[in-house]
Amino acid sequence: MKSNDSLMILALAAALAVAPFFIYPVFLMKVLCFALFACAFNLLIGYVGLLSFGHAMFFGFAAYVSGYTVKTWGFPTEIGILAGMLVSAALGLVAGLIAIRRQGIYFAMVTLALAQMVFFFCVQAKFTGGEDGIQSIPRRALFGVIDIRNDFTLYYVVLAIFLAGFLVIYRTIHSPFGQVLKAIRENEPRAISLGYKVDNYKLLAFVLSAALSGLAGATKAIVFQLATLTDVTWQMSGEVVLMTLVGGMGTVLGPFVGAAIIIAMQNYLAQFGEWVLVIQGVIFVTTVMLFRRGVVGEIGAYLAKARGTAKE
Amino acid sequence: MRGTFKAAAAAALLSAGSFGAQAQMTDGVIKIGVLTDMSGLYADFTGQGSVWSARKAVEDFGAAAKGIKVEVIGADHQNKADISSNIARQWFDVDKVDVIVDLVSTTTALAVNSIGREKNKVVLVSGAATSDLTGSQCSPNSIHWVYDTWSLANGTGNALAKTADGKSWFFVTADYAFGHALERDTSAVVEKNGGKVLGKVRHPFPGQDFSSFLLQAQASKAQVIGLANAGGDTTNAIKQAAEFGIVQGGQKLASLLIFISDIHSLGLKTAQGLTFTEAWYWDLNDNNRAYAKEFAPANKGVQPSMVHAGVYSSVLHYLKAVTALGSDGDGAKVISKMKEMPTEDRLFGKGVVRQDGRKIHDMYLFQVKKPEESKGPWDYYKLASTIPASEAFRPIEQGGCPLVK
Repeated sequence: MKSNDSLMILALAAALAVAPFFIYPVFLMKVLCFALFACAFNLLIGYVGLLSFGHAMFFGFAAYVSGYTVKTWGFPTEIGILAGMLVSAALGLVAGLIAIRRQGIYFAMVTLALAQMVFFFCVQAKFTGGEDGIQSIPRRALFGVIDIRNDFTLYYVVLAIFLAGFLVIYRTIHSPFGQVLKAIRENEPRAISLGYKVDNYKLLAFVLSAALSGLAGATKAIVFQLATLTDVTWQMSGEVVLMTLVGGMGTVLGPFVGAAIIIAMQNYLAQFGEWVLVIQGVIFVTTVMLFRRGVVGEIGAYLAKARGTAKE
Repeated sequence: MRGTFKAAAAAALLSAGSFGAQAQMTDGVIKIGVLTDMSGLYADFTGQGSVWSARKAVEDFGAAAKGIKVEVIGADHQNKADISSNIARQWFDVDKVDVIVDLVSTTTALAVNSIGREKNKVVLVSGAATSDLTGSQCSPNSIHWVYDTWSLANGTGNALAKTADGKSWFFVTADYAFGHALERDTSAVVEKNGGKVLGKVRHPFPGQDFSSFLLQAQASKAQVIGLANAGGDTTNAIKQAAEFGIVQGGQKLASLLIFISDIHSLGLKTAQGLTFTEAWYWDLNDNNRAYAKEFAPANKGVQPSMVHAGVYSSVLHYLKAVTALGSDGDGAKVISKMKEMPTEDRLFGKGVVRQDGRKIHDMYLFQVKKPEESKGPWDYYKLASTIPASEAFRPIEQGGCPLVK
C-alpha cells in the first residue's frame, strides 16, 4: 500500500515536471496553487471531518500579505510568501480557537462568519486597495539568484512549493497524529474516552490547514502579480469545497484532480461565456448524485474492487 | 499543439504568397480578444454584445476587402482578476492575440493593463470605470475609451450644481474606496459651482437595505441626493427611493454610475427623473439609431450600451492605426499611432486620444423619461445637456500620469 502511494506520487511529480513543455505554464501554476489550497482544505474535511466554509480568508488574506510586503515593503519573494503563510497560520489559530468548539453546521457557520469579517476588513483596509486590489506585484529574484520573471522558471518554483506542501499533508495523514485525526472523524466521543485531547488535535489540524492554504494564496499572488477581493469572497470558499468534492474527498490525489478539472473548465471554456457556470453546476450535481466519492475516489474504489475479485 | 498548428498554417499561407506587402502582421493575422463579463452583473451592457460590436467594426473597416486577416475571439473573465489575468497571458503568449478590448470591472482592467504593458501588446478599455487607468496606472500600451469615474462625477455634479434647484446635495455612499472617490470628486465639483453638501451617509458594500440611509437623505431636505455607488447597490437604492416617493417629493436623484440596461431592468416607473452622465445613447441621432437597428436583432432585442459603442469605436480606430503603420507587432508603437491619428467613426464622431491614454469626446447629461413620455421599451432618456469634450474629462495635468511630461 505504502510503496504504491509513493510510486503514484513520484509518477505525479514526474508528470508535472514535464507538463510545461506541453501546457501553458501560467495555467499550470494556477492549477498547482488551487490544488495545494484544495489539499489543505481536504486535510480538514477529509481527515478530521470538519467542513470549513471560510477557507478563503486564509487563502486570500495571505495573498494580500505577501503582495503587500513584497510590493510596498520590498520583502524578497521567499520572505513575502513565508510572511503570508505565517499570518494565515496566526489567523487560523484565532479562527480555530473560536470555531472548533462547535460541530457540523455550526462549525461551518462560524468559519463563514469569520471569513466574512475578514472580507469586510479587506474591503475597508487601506493596504488592500479595496476594489482595485494590489496590482503589479513585482516578481523579484528568488533567494536573490533565481530569476522568476520567466514563467517557465517560476513554474518549477511553484511546483517545488506545491510538492513540499503536498508531502507535509501526506506525512501528516500517515503519522500517528493523522491516525488520531481519523479516529476523531469516525467517532469523536470514543476518541475522547480514550483520553485524547480532541480539541488540541483539531486545533493543530486547523492551523496546519490554514497555514498551507496561506502558502497557496501567497504563491498565487506572486504568480499573477495581484491580490484581489476575489480570493477572500465566500464564493472562493465554496469553490474549494467544489474542487475537493469533484476530485474525491478524503483521498490523497482527489483535491489535485478536482482543482485541475475546475480550473481547466474556467480557463478553456471561457469562450462559452455564462455556460461555464452552468457546466460547473451540472458537473457538481452529477458528482454528488452519481459518484459521490469523486473522480479519484471512484477510480480507487474500482481498483480496490478489481483487486479484490482478482484475489478470489 | 494549437499554437504549432496555427504557426504551420500561417507559414503555409505566407509561402503561398497570399499576403500583400501592405501589411506585415505578426503570424499574418490581427487577432482581437474581447475579454468581458458574460455571466455576471455587467453582462447586459457588455458580454456578447461587445463581441458582436468588435466583429461589426472589423466588418465596417472592410478588412477582408483590404486583404487583411482579422480574427475576433471572446471570453468571460467573470469579473475576477486572476481569471482575466490567466486568459490575457495565455492569449498574448500562446494564442498570439494582438489586442484585448472591453474589460469590465476595475480589477480586471488594471490587471490586464499591466500585463499588456509587460508584454508590449495593446489594451483598449471600454467597460471599466476607474480613472486610475489614465492617472497613476496609465500605460504606453493602453487607451481608456468611453468614460471614467471622474467624467461621470464631474458631468453630473457640474450640470446639476449650475441649476437653481441643484445647489444642496446629500450623498449616499458605498463604504469603500470606489464610493469614497466618487463622493469626493462630486463634492468638489458641487462646491466649486457654489453648491453645498448638506451631509452624507455611508452604507455597507454590498448593501441590501437602504431605507434608513434614504430616510436620512430625505429628511436632509437636500435638493439632490447623490448615489455614490454602482451596480446592484445603485439599483437597490433607486428601487427603494421610488418606494419612499423621493423623486415625487421634489428631490432629485442623481446616480453617478448607471447603464441603460439598469434602467431597463428597473423600469421607467421606478427610475423616472433619475439624472446621470453617459457617453453615448442609441437614440441620440440617426447614426446611433442605424447602429442600434443592426445591433438589436443580433442581440436578443437589446439596444446597445455606451460600452458596446466604445468597443466598436476602439476596434475600428485600432485597425486604422495598424493599417497606417503596416504592422501590429509593437504594441506601444500602435498605441502612439492611435494617439497621433484623430479618431473618427459613426458612433462617436470626431475625437482624439490624449497622451495619457484618455479618449476624448462629448459626454451627455441625461434624465430618465416619465412612463407617459416614453414611446416604448428602450425609449428611456431625454437629453438634458451636452458636456463639450473639452470639459468632459479630467485635465491631463491633474491625473498624475507619468507619461505626461
